[in-house]
Amino acid sequence: MYLDRDWRRPPVPAQFSLRVAILGGVGLVVFAVIFLRLWYLGVLSGDRYLAEAQNNQVREFTVQAPRGEVLDRDGKPLVTNRTALELQIKQTDLPASPEARRRVFERLAEVAGMKTSEIRTEIRKQTRAAPSSPVALRRDVPYQLVYYLRENQARFPGVSVERIYVRRYPREALAAHLLGYVGEVTEEDLGDPRYSSLDPGDHVGKAGVEYTYDSLLRGVNGATRVKVDAAGTPTGGRLSVREPSAGNDLRLTIDSGVQAAGESAIAGLGLPGGFVAMNVNSGELLGLGSSPSFDPAVFAKPSLPQSEYQALIDEDLGAPLTNRATQGLYPTGSTFKLVTALAALASGNLETDEVINDDGLYRLGTIEFRNAGDVAHGPIALRRALQVSSDVFFYTLGDRMNLDEGDGGPLQEWARKLGFGEPTGLDVGGELEGLLPTPEWRQELYERSQEPESPEGRAVVAADFYEYGGLDRPWSVGDNVNLSVGQGDLQANPLQLAVAYATLANGGSVVRPHVGMQVEDPAGQVIQAIEPEPRREVEIEPQWRTTIMQGLRDAAMAPSGTSYNVFGGYPVEIAGKTGTAERGVGRADQSWYVAVAPYDDPKYVVAVTIEGGGFGADAAAPATREILTELLRVNEEKIDQVSSSSAEVFE
Amino acid sequence: MEAYPRPRFEQPRVGLIERAGFLHLDVITLFAGIGVIGFSIYTLGVATAEDVAGDPYYYVVRQAVYAVVGIALMLAVARVDYSRFRELRVGIYTAMIVSICLVFLFAEATRGSRRWIELPFFTFQPSELGKVLLILTLSAFVIDRARRGTEARRTGRILLLGLVPALLVFLQPDLGTGLVYAVITIAVLFVAGTSWTHFAVLGTLALGVIAVVLWVAPALGAPVLQDYQQERLTAFLNPSDDPADSSYQINQALIAVGSGGKTGRGDDATQTQEGFLPERHTDFIFAVVGERFGFVGAAFLLSLYALLIWRALRTMTLSKNLYGSMIAGGIAAMLIFHVFINVGMTLGIAPITGIPLPLMSAGGSSVIVTFIALGLLQSIYVQSQLASRQGSIPVLR
Repeated sequence: MYLDRDWRRPPVPAQFSLRVAILGGVGLVVFAVIFLRLWYLGVLSGDRYLAEAQNNQVREFTVQAPRGEVLDRDGKPLVTNRTALELQIKQTDLPASPEARRRVFERLAEVAGMKTSEIRTEIRKQTRAAPSSPVALRRDVPYQLVYYLRENQARFPGVSVERIYVRRYPREALAAHLLGYVGEVTEEDLGDPRYSSLDPGDHVGKAGVEYTYDSLLRGVNGATRVKVDAAGTPTGGRLSVREPSAGNDLRLTIDSGVQAAGESAIAGLGLPGGFVAMNVNSGELLGLGSSPSFDPAVFAKPSLPQSEYQALIDEDLGAPLTNRATQGLYPTGSTFKLVTALAALASGNLETDEVINDDGLYRLGTIEFRNAGDVAHGPIALRRALQVSSDVFFYTLGDRMNLDEGDGGPLQEWARKLGFGEPTGLDVGGELEGLLPTPEWRQELYERSQEPESPEGRAVVAADFYEYGGLDRPWSVGDNVNLSVGQGDLQANPLQLAVAYATLANGGSVVRPHVGMQVEDPAGQVIQAIEPEPRREVEIEPQWRTTIMQGLRDAAMAPSGTSYNVFGGYPVEIAGKTGTAERGVGRADQSWYVAVAPYDDPKYVVAVTIEGGGFGADAAAPATREILTELLRVNEEKIDQVSSSSAEVFE
Repeated sequence: MEAYPRPRFEQPRVGLIERAGFLHLDVITLFAGIGVIGFSIYTLGVATAEDVAGDPYYYVVRQAVYAVVGIALMLAVARVDYSRFRELRVGIYTAMIVSICLVFLFAEATRGSRRWIELPFFTFQPSELGKVLLILTLSAFVIDRARRGTEARRTGRILLLGLVPALLVFLQPDLGTGLVYAVITIAVLFVAGTSWTHFAVLGTLALGVIAVVLWVAPALGAPVLQDYQQERLTAFLNPSDDPADSSYQINQALIAVGSGGKTGRGDDATQTQEGFLPERHTDFIFAVVGERFGFVGAAFLLSLYALLIWRALRTMTLSKNLYGSMIAGGIAAMLIFHVFINVGMTLGIAPITGIPLPLMSAGGSSVIVTFIALGLLQSIYVQSQLASRQGSIPVLR
């Protein structure tokens, strides 16, 4: 080692120069590496990086388009928009390290008055539904928070407050079941061609007219491409602007006066129920509602808490989310006699003036079918039978029309023609089709019950039968007799019944009920009229129609008619039929009423059902009267209240 | 004929510059240094005009003042015979340790790190000055111990003397500067002729320490490095992993340098102008150069550094004694390390350690200390020139 010598003297040149050379070599390598890297970055990949640099400073801001409004038939708003300030988290802009994230959440929790656990839960929940959308934490945050976050944006990466449009319901719960609600588009939805133009975070209709007419109501979001600095602050350069275009307005056929009258009439009874008010010729629904109802604004929240949703479907609370007008399935009771009468007349099993003796009892083998209240109406023809709602008369028809095989006889055929057992095609959807009992249906159920396993691999359980009010036995004539008065296995909803009555009233068109009337652009120009064609025509001889209509008018307007003490003396002549359906042991009867008005020139049909309402005349008929009064613009003040003695009137 | 008597002594003709003692200065080092600081002031002028509201020349004026002070100190040091420092080694070393320790008592913590001492007119960073002082004293201790004890003990002792201040700086915490101290220590040992076997042992030990610090200790739950340090050190290995944190800077720096292309974007530069890249006037100033002036500008700047390093190596060989060689070698290693780590960090090939680019990064301590280092090189050069006139033999011709 050269150091061992006197340091003042030159060291061993070979060793020393080697080391200088090595040091120089290191320097050379360093510079070579740097130059090569610099050459690679700047010269070979320069264009790519230049593009990245330019892309770096362009941010696209979405400008939300307001959704169209929903109006009633007179243009009164049912659903409008309001702007709300929403606190959002964009997950992609959050810090990546869990520690830094935690700090952001802690700061945010403090200023927003939330718990960090709440924030995390919300993120988890919403990320599951829509992984790439911003997470909405709170709506309607105060302005102070907005300013604070903007001033301290650097401490809150990924947190922002956005101005968004939120649905507003000026009439609160009115027509809640029809209007439906709006929610953030889910990840699965985005794959649907229906939503192809949407981005995560956009809002779409989830139910009701919001869903059905979504593509018309939804606007097209605008976008602004601006130059920003690293903090995302715009630096002034605006590259391109696409103005948002507002969605179209939807005008409904609903008359908010009729709707309100219907809802309050049923709510006033304090029992669950549903109602339908429809134009018999066009199928336009002037009112359709269910009670109990709910405030659709609950769905305007960023996310509906599970407990609140549970309350909406809780049977004990009357399952407010259920639309009893389209989803409430019950036996219809005597209101079904219209179908029986038509079927019997059309199949030649009855003449309009044919007299049948009603001695209060109908014997079928060993089984006895009795009139309600065991009254005997004596020899009567169809008109009178409808007026007093003779069961024996219709039992007889049911017996006559029975066919033990296949789809059954004329009764089933006509029930099907008039729309029982199938959805009516209502534009807001969500209908339940109900059940029209046929020999084939019962036979199949019976056969399955004889085997432990069904051919479909499904075990038949007793509940299958009880659900349909039956026992595990094959079809018998008794089933047809029951059906003739709307009892037994029949399941139908008020809308189906309304369509059946409308078909008689309009002379044979099975209309397609609808709530959409027309679509108007934001300037108010009609761009699409919604006029669905009738589903089909059925042949009804004028003679049959006249006789049945007369019977129904007498039932409502003539003394000893089943609903005379509700409609007797009503200023507008109407035709109406009560219905009282048994719903099994220990359950109060289902109360029904269907009215067609005015009698001379039918325009409207109103159908009402009340769960546990008892006799049709007791609950459903008074509710129907309230609706008709609003529908026909009757001045109730002038109506002579019918104070006819409460003569016992039985169906 | 002889109207005038002959002068008694033959007096060589001496000009003004030579009389000031500057004739023997190494002109290349002088102009390369001034070139870099000029480039720095120009770059800061065009790039930081909007950084300090109401004062477009904030960094320019400061850097210019540091440059003037630094050049003055460089010229002053050049006139001193560096060999004097060898005699003052104990005092200098003590002063260095004390000044580094002072920051623990007085310094304000900036971004979690205590490095600076507030003086009335200047924020002083003792660890910067410590780099040069360490070179001076370690080289002196090497010679002091030259003929005492075994070689292993000598190596151990120098290592200890170097690693004490390195550890103190590391604890500030200032990982980058701590590494510079370590590099200086290794460089001095290297130039001093420490045997290869010792370096082999040292290298193995260093690898072991790195393994422990980066992998073993964190795995055992007793991390030596702060989280952010570990992240910064390893982020360059996988830059696209994590766009939010450390590699964000790397990505932005790469985009800046890459987007500069061949000749730069000039005033259209956005990466370094719109704040995408933090610390652009200090640690990431090379990204500004790359984006604004392109490959050409960056190559020009690197050439100036290459000149400085070449001159440092040349001065090593010209030195009249081993002490000067070791000082020049330490300075050369320090410059190489600074340039490599800083530029490499900007180019995504070296870890982010936050050490400045000599004479480019805005900052008084760094600029002045670098000029002092260049002054030492000049002193070694001047002394070698004087010695050769007097007939003594330089270390290497």
